[in-house]
Amino acid sequence: MAIFKGHAFVEDEWAVAAEGVPLPAGRAVVSKARFLAEQDTLSARNAPLGLILRSGETLDGLEDDLDRFQLIVLDIPKYTDGRSYSTARILRERYKYAGELRASGDVLRDQIMFLHRVGFDAFDVTHEGTIAALRDGKIKLVHKHYQAAAREDEEAAPGPRPWLRISPRGVPGDAHETGLDGGGI
Amino acid sequence: MYRYDEFDHDLVRERVAEFSDQVARRLSGELTEDQFKPLRLMNGVYLQLHAYMLRIAVPYGTLSSRQMRTLAHLARTYDRDYGHFTTRQNLQFHWTKLEEAPKMLAELADVEMHCIQTSGNCIRNVTADHFAGASADEIADPRPYAEILRQWSSLHPEFSLLPRKFKLAVIGAPKDRAAIQTHDIGLEVKRNDSGKLGFAVWVGGGQGRTPMIAKKVRDFLPESDLIAYMEAILRIYNLFGRRDNKFKARIKILVHEMGEEEVKAAIEKEFAAIDKTNMVLPRDAVERIERYFAPPPFDTRFNGAPAFDRARETDSEFASFVERNVHPHKMPGYAIATVSLKPIGGTPGDMTSAQMDAVAGIAEQYSFDEVRVSHEQNLVLPHVKLEDLPAVYARLRATGLATANFGLITDIICCPGLDYCSLANARSIPIAQRLSERFADPVRQSDIGELKIKISGCINACGHHHVGHIGILGVDRKGEEFYQITLGGSGDETCSIGEIVGKGFSSDGVIDAVETIVDTYLKLRESPRENFLSAYRRVGEEPFQEALYAHAA
Repeated sequence: MAIFKGHAFVEDEWAVAAEGVPLPAGRAVVSKARFLAEQDTLSARNAPLGLILRSGETLDGLEDDLDRFQLIVLDIPKYTDGRSYSTARILRERYKYAGELRASGDVLRDQIMFLHRVGFDAFDVTHEGTIAALRDGKIKLVHKHYQAAAREDEEAAPGPRPWLRISPRGVPGDAHETGLDGGGI
Repeated sequence: MYRYDEFDHDLVRERVAEFSDQVARRLSGELTEDQFKPLRLMNGVYLQLHAYMLRIAVPYGTLSSRQMRTLAHLARTYDRDYGHFTTRQNLQFHWTKLEEAPKMLAELADVEMHCIQTSGNCIRNVTADHFAGASADEIADPRPYAEILRQWSSLHPEFSLLPRKFKLAVIGAPKDRAAIQTHDIGLEVKRNDSGKLGFAVWVGGGQGRTPMIAKKVRDFLPESDLIAYMEAILRIYNLFGRRDNKFKARIKILVHEMGEEEVKAAIEKEFAAIDKTNMVLPRDAVERIERYFAPPPFDTRFNGAPAFDRARETDSEFASFVERNVHPHKMPGYAIATVSLKPIGGTPGDMTSAQMDAVAGIAEQYSFDEVRVSHEQNLVLPHVKLEDLPAVYARLRATGLATANFGLITDIICCPGLDYCSLANARSIPIAQRLSERFADPVRQSDIGELKIKISGCINACGHHHVGHIGILGVDRKGEEFYQITLGGSGDETCSIGEIVGKGFSSDGVIDAVETIVDTYLKLRESPRENFLSAYRRVGEEPFQEALYAHAA
C-alpha cells in the first residue's frame, strides 16, 4: 500500500518480514524480538534494514544499534494510543535518529501536525478519511505552538517567550489552499 | 492578568477555525457522533443527558470583568440564562446547541478565553490558589507558573493522547487552598535556603474510584527546570501508564503499582536524559510573565477605615459577612472577599447572567477588575479596600450573593449529578439543597463552625467527596438512589481521604444522618475551637458509628 511521505503518496519500498521465515531480499523490516535474536546474521545482510516497534515496546536494548536502521516504523493500533509519540521524540531528540520515521496505523487527520512535530516524516494510515484528506491536501493545521518538540530544524522561535514555535507553511498534510476543506476525518 | 498577544490570539483563532470546520462536518453528517467525539472533547464539548455541554476554561480561576460579562452574555444568548462554576475553576453551560458552539468559542476568543483541553485524555485546565497575589501568607504568586504551564500544555504534540486525563494545580503559600495533593501533579512554589525560587513537586494524587494522596517526588525543583521536569513526568506516564483499563489509567495507579521509589527513579532518569537545550525556563522569561500579574496600584496610604468599622458595629449581618467571607490581604487596608455561590437551598456553583454582570461591575469598581473562581465553587473579589467593603456587601446583597457561609456547613461542594450528567448514578443537587435548608439557621451554622460537606453523584468524585470533612457519595442500588457517607477527609495541606462510616442511607435518611453526625460532634468537641475535622481526628469514627447505627444493631 502507498504511504504518505513529503507531500504525496508514494509506493512503499519496504516489506515487513513475517516471523519465523527467512527475510525477503532487499529492504526488510524486522520486529524488535527478531532483531535482538538475529542481529549478527542481520548485520551480514547487504540490503537496508528497518525496524518495527509495536506500541508499548520500548527502545531498551536497541540504543546502540539505532543507526543501523534506515526505517523505523512505530505502530499506532488505535488513534487514542499516544505512546509512539513519546518514542518518536526520544528517537529524534535523544538518539538523533535521522532515518525515516513512519507512523503506521489508525491516525486521524487532526493528529497529523502532532505526529509531524514529534518527528514522524511518513504515514502509513489505515483510516479512509485521513487518507482522502491527505491526498486532497485538505487538512487544516494549527501552525503556532506553545512548546518546542522534535522540529527545531524547521520551526521558528519568534520570542520573546522562549517556548513559542511557528511551523512553516507547507508542512506535510498542510492544506494546499487555505479555506478549502472536505473529506472525512 | 495575563493578556494575549498576537501569537496567542492567532493560536486560539486557528483552533476555533479548526473546530468550526469539525462541527460543520458533523452537522452535514460527514462525521458520525463516534468520529466526532474525540474532536469535540478536545474543545470542551460534552454530550450530556439532555443536551451538549460546553466547558469553558478559566485558567487558574482568574477572570476580568470583561470576561465575566462575556460569560453573562453567553448565558443569556445561548443558554438558559445561567452557568455553573465547577471544581476545576471552570464554567459549564449545560444547554448548548452544537451548531452554536463555534459562535460561542469565537466570542470567547475575543475576550482571550477558550475551551481547549477542558476534557479528553490530555492535560486539563491548570488550577491555582484562588487567593493568589492577594493572601497575606503567600511566598510567591503561583499564577505566572500556572500560565506558563497552561501554555506549555496547550496542544502539546506528545501529551495529547495520554492514558487518561491529567490535572495540575499550583500554590504559592504553605496553606493549600487548591488541593494539590489530590492532583496528578501538585506544585508548591517555595524558596530554598539561598532564596532561589523553585517547587516542591507531588505526583500521583487523585480522587475517583481509587482515591490516593500524591507522593512528594522533589522537595525543591529549581524554577529553570520546571518544563523539563514536567516533560519527564508526563513522558513516563504516557509510556508506562496503563491503557488496558480506563479505571486504572490515571498516574496514581502507575505510582501505586510501580511503587513510589521506582516511579521517582524513572522520572529522575528521564529528566537526566532529556535534552534540556530548549526546555530551560530562564528567569527573564518568567519575569516577563510575572509582569502581567504585578500587584495592582494599591492605595498605600492606609489610615483606618471608618465606614468599615462603623458598618461592622451597627450592622450585625455585615459583621458576620466580614467574619465568615473576608480574609486578610497582604496589603494593609485591603481584604479578600468571597462571594458565596451557595445561597440557602440553591444549586452550588450556579449563577445567573444578571449575577455575573453584577459581580463584573463590582469587580470593576472595587477589585481592580479582577474576579477569581475557587475550586470550592465560589467567587472571590481579591483586592477590595476595607473602606469599600460595606458598599460591596450592599451590592452583593442586592443580587442575592451575600450569603455569609464561607467554610460553613452550607458551603457545600456538589457535582451536577444525575440532574445533568450522563455518568452519574444518583442526584446530588437535591441533597445539597436539602442539607442547606436543614442547616439554614446562621446562628446554628456559626456554632457548628468550619465543616466542609462535599457531594458526588458517582464514583468519579467530581464533587470531591473523598476529601470532604463529611463526604457524600451517591450510588445506585437496584434502581434506587443511596448515599454513602465518609468522614475525616481533607483536601488541604493535611490531606486525608475520608473513611466510609458504615452502610449507606436513602435520600431522606442521609439528611438526618448528617444531622446526627453534626450533633454527635457538637457533644464531643473539647471546645468550640475544636472544629469537626480536628475532633474527628482525635476521636475516630466510633462515636459517629455508634450514633448512626447503634439503634439498628
